[in-house]
Amino acid sequence: MKELLPFMKKYIKFAVLSPILMILEVFADIAIPYLMSRIVDVGIAEQDIEYVLQIGLIMIAAAIFAIIFGVISSYFGARAGYGFASEVRLKLYKEIQGFSFANLDRFTVASLITRLTNDCNTLGQVTMMSLRMAVRAPFMMIFALMMALNINASLAKVFVVSIPVLVIVLIIILSKARPLFLKFQTRIDRVNAIIRENLTAIRVVKSFNRQTHEEERFKERNDSLMDIALRAVSLIVFLMPVLNIIIYSTIIAVLWFGGKQVVAGSMGSGELISFITYITQILMSFMMMSFFFMQLLRASASVTRIVEIINTKSEIKEDSNPVMELSDGSVTFKNVCFCYPGSTEKTLKNINLQINSGEVLGIIGSTGSSKSTLVQLIPRLYDTMEGTVIVGNEDVKRYNIKSLRDNVAFVLQSNTLFSGTLRDNMKWGNENAADEEIIKALKLAQAWEFVSKYEDGLDHIVEQGGDNFSGGQKQRLTIARALLKSPKIIILDDSTSAVDMATDAKIQRAFKEELNDVTTIIIAQRVSSIQHADRVLVMNEGEMESLGKHEELLISSPIYREIYESQQKGVGA
Amino acid sequence: MKQKQLRPKDPKKTFLRLFSYFKFNIILFFGGIFFIVIGSLAEIGINGMLSPVIDTFIGDHDHELFVKYILIMAAMVAVISLSQYIGNLSMAKLAQRTVHKIREDMFSHIEKLPVSYFDKHSHGELMSTFTNDVDMLNQSLEQSVSQILISFVTVVGTFAVMLILSPILTTVVVAMLVVMLYSVTFVGKRSAKNFRMQQAALADMNGYIEEMMTGQKVIKVFNYEDRAIDTFSKKNEELRNTSTLASTYGVMLMPIMGNLSFVMYALISMLGAYLVMINRLSIGNIASFLLYTRSISRPITQVSNQLNTLFAALAGAERIFNVLDEEIETDEGDVSLIKDCEGRRNLCWMIPKGNGKYDEVPLKGFITFKDVSFGYVPEKTVLNKINLYAKPGQKIAFVGSTGAGKTTITNLINRFYEINEGVILYDGIDIKRINKHDLRSTMSIVLQDVHLFEGTVKENIRYGRLDAKDDEVVEAAKLANAHYFIQHLPEGYDTILSSDGQNLSQGERQLLSIARAAIADPIILILDEATSSVDTRTEKLIAEGMDKLMEGRTTFVIAHRLSTVRDSNAIMVLEHGEIIERGNHDELMAQKGRYYALNAGIAELE
Repeated sequence: MKELLPFMKKYIKFAVLSPILMILEVFADIAIPYLMSRIVDVGIAEQDIEYVLQIGLIMIAAAIFAIIFGVISSYFGARAGYGFASEVRLKLYKEIQGFSFANLDRFTVASLITRLTNDCNTLGQVTMMSLRMAVRAPFMMIFALMMALNINASLAKVFVVSIPVLVIVLIIILSKARPLFLKFQTRIDRVNAIIRENLTAIRVVKSFNRQTHEEERFKERNDSLMDIALRAVSLIVFLMPVLNIIIYSTIIAVLWFGGKQVVAGSMGSGELISFITYITQILMSFMMMSFFFMQLLRASASVTRIVEIINTKSEIKEDSNPVMELSDGSVTFKNVCFCYPGSTEKTLKNINLQINSGEVLGIIGSTGSSKSTLVQLIPRLYDTMEGTVIVGNEDVKRYNIKSLRDNVAFVLQSNTLFSGTLRDNMKWGNENAADEEIIKALKLAQAWEFVSKYEDGLDHIVEQGGDNFSGGQKQRLTIARALLKSPKIIILDDSTSAVDMATDAKIQRAFKEELNDVTTIIIAQRVSSIQHADRVLVMNEGEMESLGKHEELLISSPIYREIYESQQKGVGA
Repeated sequence: MKQKQLRPKDPKKTFLRLFSYFKFNIILFFGGIFFIVIGSLAEIGINGMLSPVIDTFIGDHDHELFVKYILIMAAMVAVISLSQYIGNLSMAKLAQRTVHKIREDMFSHIEKLPVSYFDKHSHGELMSTFTNDVDMLNQSLEQSVSQILISFVTVVGTFAVMLILSPILTTVVVAMLVVMLYSVTFVGKRSAKNFRMQQAALADMNGYIEEMMTGQKVIKVFNYEDRAIDTFSKKNEELRNTSTLASTYGVMLMPIMGNLSFVMYALISMLGAYLVMINRLSIGNIASFLLYTRSISRPITQVSNQLNTLFAALAGAERIFNVLDEEIETDEGDVSLIKDCEGRRNLCWMIPKGNGKYDEVPLKGFITFKDVSFGYVPEKTVLNKINLYAKPGQKIAFVGSTGAGKTTITNLINRFYEINEGVILYDGIDIKRINKHDLRSTMSIVLQDVHLFEGTVKENIRYGRLDAKDDEVVEAAKLANAHYFIQHLPEGYDTILSSDGQNLSQGERQLLSIARAAIADPIILILDEATSSVDTRTEKLIAEGMDKLMEGRTTFVIAHRLSTVRDSNAIMVLEHGEIIERGNHDELMAQKGRYYALNAGIAELE
């Protein structure tokens, strides 16, 4: 929680004022029963109608002030709570934007979303409640207790019994309920897990005729969920009756002992009535406090998850005096080794490779041969473990990261498009791109042929994830988006796999003609996508198996030959 | 993310239907209501007792009567706590049992829904109904129902007693209640409006976050971070503003109502004092009245909250019932399998002849498609007049580009979808006549994306045939080339797989799914060969496993591997839902058509 406190700074005055106003409200709430006792014991006793009127008006004024304080306190509490939550959310989002690929690999997308949405919302709610309840309950208790003592100290002795009894009961019930609720949560998770499992695997279930089997599995979990739920609930429903017993017993005791004092004349009957109101206020405030603690428990899990993100720092650090310009598009790998965080096995082993500026390099190899890993080192998406990657005659670690990545266009395997128009998506590559530039890039990527058919052209709507385009269309659009960066180096990581071969060939031809000064690195599964490259690198299990022209490799590389032959005869689709 | 409906369309109908769930627990329901009512009445009574008790020691000093009253109060405390306990427990039990039953019904209903249903509804949507809506229903059954009931009884009961105690003071109460009701609706309206705005902002924000988090790596590659933060900040501000307002209105009701009741308290004190002075009222009466002013205003605050919860729960219940009302997979098949005859696996089809007699047709595994047309939606045909046949033990390969209809064909054989036109015959019998259970019991599918279940490796393989013995499981694993890696798992065959086998590699999961299909010993095998990323060694193991699995079975395979295609008895080249070429490898290569072009793609490019 400490880590999050600074984010309250902007809203600190609301966070302070809300409880203060709340205390004022409590103050009025406590004063009113006392004023009433004055009416009964002084006003009625002395038949002083003017006094009654006077005190009554003060009571009404107090209540109206309490309303005003209460409403403003509500508003301030909400401002502080949700303001705080939104500051935290923004901070989280910024942290995530600063995450390196290695950081992103650590968290699933779903868990990042939960943290930004549910966890932050919970934080806001609980903060607001804390500002109000955590102040209201103890002050209510203290003030009311003081009033009770003031009215009749000997009668206030009843609290010596009832408060400890209530606290003990609360502690017993809550401490027994806690493990039950934890169990309840795991069983709920188990039920949800089997539902999710059946939703995703419904075809498997149906094809094996396992509906009854699954229903039985579900029944077992559902039954055990109900079992624990009933146990937890049976415990919780004790709370209200027990509280009532304690409150009313206290009232009866007060009537009993107080009654005698009233008869004896040492206590006014109005005092007795107001005393009874204080009993309820005091004991109810304990209920409120226990409720508040349960809320805190709920929030603590969220806070832990939020803090985890804030404490995650990118391992990619920028040079203090960074180089801003890339001199050319040459790339050199010098004794590069790499392994993913948390893994001891080397994914890349001793890579030495020199790519000239403007060269077209094809990379091929079976999956798991670390082709992607290799090229991801160029725009410094990961840092090497050993050795150096040199781009434009300068160690990548020396560059300003933004300028480096502006000059290296990377078309990722996961070809995500974003909701908006086609133009919006293209502008990811260059914020200020004019339509002509966008069209030029689309033409180069062979995407214009289908985009030009849309009546609304560049205003054509892209749905979330680009779901309204086929795989091949998406790939061509993502290539165009990357081209708009006018990079010195472009990397296509398996970016034409869903494009048919004829179009793929057109893309390659266009690249050759239009981008001959741009270093082009193409990772592909199909030999046809790379056979016209200046050189082809064959990767195998994290090592460079061979490097050379297509014709040379057919002779020198058994792996390359095998891939080529299988694709010559096999089904290319 | 779509915004959910917060109000039910037809609350009465939904409520009645919900009520039908109580019939299993009718005693709990009426018993619960009975005790809750008793408890609330007793609470009114005990507050009323204050009046005679106080008057005994102020006025007549009747000690005996005083003791008697105190004893009555003590008895009432016992009644209150006991009936509250029983009442709340009953309602809570009722709630738990009801949602338990609803969950069970929903699950078994979902198991029976046709596959097409899951194409139309996202998992997220169904999960949300299963979790949030059911949870909301539980909450509202547990609390809202009894709270609303208590509120009602308290208001009516208190009001009646007040009238008896002092009609004049009661008019003050009525006047104040009108003011309070007005405040509740005033604030409530604004609260509801802002709450809706908050929900909209939240949905917008969640949608944005989901999209950005999914594309986070793209953001990095394009240096898009600053622009992403800008947009986010705006949405974040919007959410902050709406949340602040919504919750301000939500929370402010408490101080407003609480203190308005103090205004009422003050007015009663003043007027009451005057009435006492002119001897129209006793001090005890005022004491009781003052307690009542507190207890009558509480329900008014609560009812509006609880009604919102109840409506939200009913809207959720409506979604639940919508799922339950979805039509289940029909099965009008009258042909079933019988044991102990001369077909494969000693099974025969029993075809009723209509006169009470049966024809027996031995199970062989002969599949014929005659003029089969199909579309997932009526207006878009995916397969057009497909004709093909597979003799028992033959291997048919489907080849073609994505979207050509390969997967669709395999989904029709096991009747995941119903064909629109034409007929599919199994050993000469229209598959529509065969009951689905028996039809599917003779088939196994191995899908590209493997789904495993939470449980041990052994259980997962046994999923193919539940009565398989341990050594049969091992045998199937060996056939599928899975035995080797299973042995090296920490607990071997007893290793527990997390949901969907996250602790296995992609390749290992595929091997397991082959073993699962193998143990079922199917007559017909449907394979969707994986193109997904596995290392070369595992790929080889998978290929071998699949080859062994295919031996002697009628196999339909969506082929990606050269060897599979080449060994096939027939290759169907699909394009736009039609078979454009058919024949074996050599024939098709000789034709120099589409298949040839696909194979020699490079030649085409030059």
